[in-house]
Amino acid sequence: MPSLHTGATPELGHPGLDPAAVAGYSDHPPRMGFFTDTSVCIGCKACEVACKEWNTVPEDGLVLTGMSYDNTADLSASTWRHVAFIEQPAADGDLRWLMASNVCKHCTEAACLDVCPTGALMRTEFGTVVVQDDICNGCGYCVSACPFGVIGRSETDGGAHKCTLCYDRLGEGLTPACAKACPTESIQFGPLDELRERAQQRVGDLHAAGQSHAQLYGCDQADGIGGAGAMFLLLDEPEVYGLPPDPVVTTRDLPRMWRLAAVAAGSLIAAAALACAAGRR
Amino acid sequence: MRGGPAVNAGTGRPDPGGHSRDNRKRRGDEKQLVPEAEFRSYYGRPVVKETVWGPDIPSYLFLGGLAGASSTLAAGAHLTGRPELARALKCGAAGAISLSTVALVHDLGRRTRFVNMLRVLKLTSPMSIGTWILSGYTPLALAAAASTVTRKAPRAGLAATIAAALLGPGVASYTAVLLGDTAAPAWHEAHRELPFLFAGSAATAAGGLGMLSVRPGKAGQAIRFAVLGAAGEIAAKSLLLQRLGPAAEPYQTGRAGQLMDISEVLTSTGLAVAVVAGRSRVGAPLAGLALMAASALTRFGVFEAGRASARDPKYTVVPQRERRQDVNPES
Repeated sequence: MPSLHTGATPELGHPGLDPAAVAGYSDHPPRMGFFTDTSVCIGCKACEVACKEWNTVPEDGLVLTGMSYDNTADLSASTWRHVAFIEQPAADGDLRWLMASNVCKHCTEAACLDVCPTGALMRTEFGTVVVQDDICNGCGYCVSACPFGVIGRSETDGGAHKCTLCYDRLGEGLTPACAKACPTESIQFGPLDELRERAQQRVGDLHAAGQSHAQLYGCDQADGIGGAGAMFLLLDEPEVYGLPPDPVVTTRDLPRMWRLAAVAAGSLIAAAALACAAGRR
Repeated sequence: MRGGPAVNAGTGRPDPGGHSRDNRKRRGDEKQLVPEAEFRSYYGRPVVKETVWGPDIPSYLFLGGLAGASSTLAAGAHLTGRPELARALKCGAAGAISLSTVALVHDLGRRTRFVNMLRVLKLTSPMSIGTWILSGYTPLALAAAASTVTRKAPRAGLAATIAAALLGPGVASYTAVLLGDTAAPAWHEAHRELPFLFAGSAATAAGGLGMLSVRPGKAGQAIRFAVLGAAGEIAAKSLLLQRLGPAAEPYQTGRAGQLMDISEVLTSTGLAVAVVAGRSRVGAPLAGLALMAASALTRFGVFEAGRASARDPKYTVVPQRERRQDVNPES
């Protein structure tokens, strides 16, 4: 018999949801995550490299994109940390650099996890979302469901892959490879509650210092994904970094979709009955 | 998304951040009739990922719909004493659903693991629910056809016919939820109308199959079913375009727009021929073929619209930006 326990989020839209508890972990460690403070990112890409090294993620081609120093382009099956480079004219007429290391958000309400038909995507005891590679059959549904365009399907092995928040390292009490390698502590790792406080503190400090455009991203637990497990401090609007301004997990509308599909199915039966009954005359 | 292509879509190589704002102003001075959509992006790159599904999936959307709706009409024909039409539809359903299974397995990244779909039953995954609906429906459709062809076990055959008729509409309409439950803007935004568009399109195809495969004069029920289906399909599509407004653009432009347009022409032509010359030896199969082709093109059109909407960041960023500003005006 198939298992009914799936780790998907049955109660959607509840701020402050404990995803590990929802997934069935009764006694679990605190929810762990990232806070990526892009105001101190120097674009060294040590996170990208450390991630690939630790997780043995394959190389994804050597191409020049023409997008500043960014030749990685985006997150994918073979890129789990991606450093964005943005060159902007600054207020003083000079050039302003924005650099940001993007990663899987490990959403509280994770669309990839919700739609996975095999149970390959699962919630860990740390509240993170990982793909079990030995179960994934490469259906690709998670790829279309992710509102951030994070997860991808590998051309080489046919399976879906993304950041695991170094699940194997977490189990040993270690810091994920990217955060460990970050030389400026732009990538901070820790219990999500602590990181949230730290993020609020930091954005407050920046505002006080005159950085009025500094904003937190993924910190609000009342947002469309129930809050992210990987938050960011940005110096411009999210879309400038390639992030969606107001992502909403697609499964929030799923009950309505099922109801409408049932009505549509019913009307198909009614149409057949009508077509056949009329013919009896 | 207030009409017109986005500033970034035109150049293909836009600047991130503040640069695109300047471009917009310059273009605005050129007396454009429709103001450019105002949005920013990261080098014009997509925010969400385009689906990795290939042509197998829109083919399946068509074949699954054809099979499901054929089973439903077949039961009606069976119960009202139209054995010729019932037999053709049952065989068609069995064939279409067999091809569907091949297409679905073929599209997987790891085909040998297709049975992993049956590890879990997840209400939050339309693909999981769909797999279970298919697993119930397929043997019934095959049994109904086998009983008709071999003329054996008529009672079991009738039971399978009726059960397949009840599950068939599920096969035809759940696929709309499959697409709606994604982050592809054109699919998700259309989630209210897609089930009716798909159910209508399925009935159009099944009616077409009936017209194509029985002697003229025996296809009355199929013609009426196709008319009802096409009416539903056209109504759902116009509702979709109207409600989505600028977000419906992916359905009206590019390859998707072409496919949808050809589909519409084929649907109306097929319907006109069916109504006028439905009893002629040439007219009936021609109309049937046109209607089936129309249904297939609709599915490929919807599929392409979703892909196009994921490729262009405009469709992700602009509505979300507007939503955010509604809540938080200073953001």
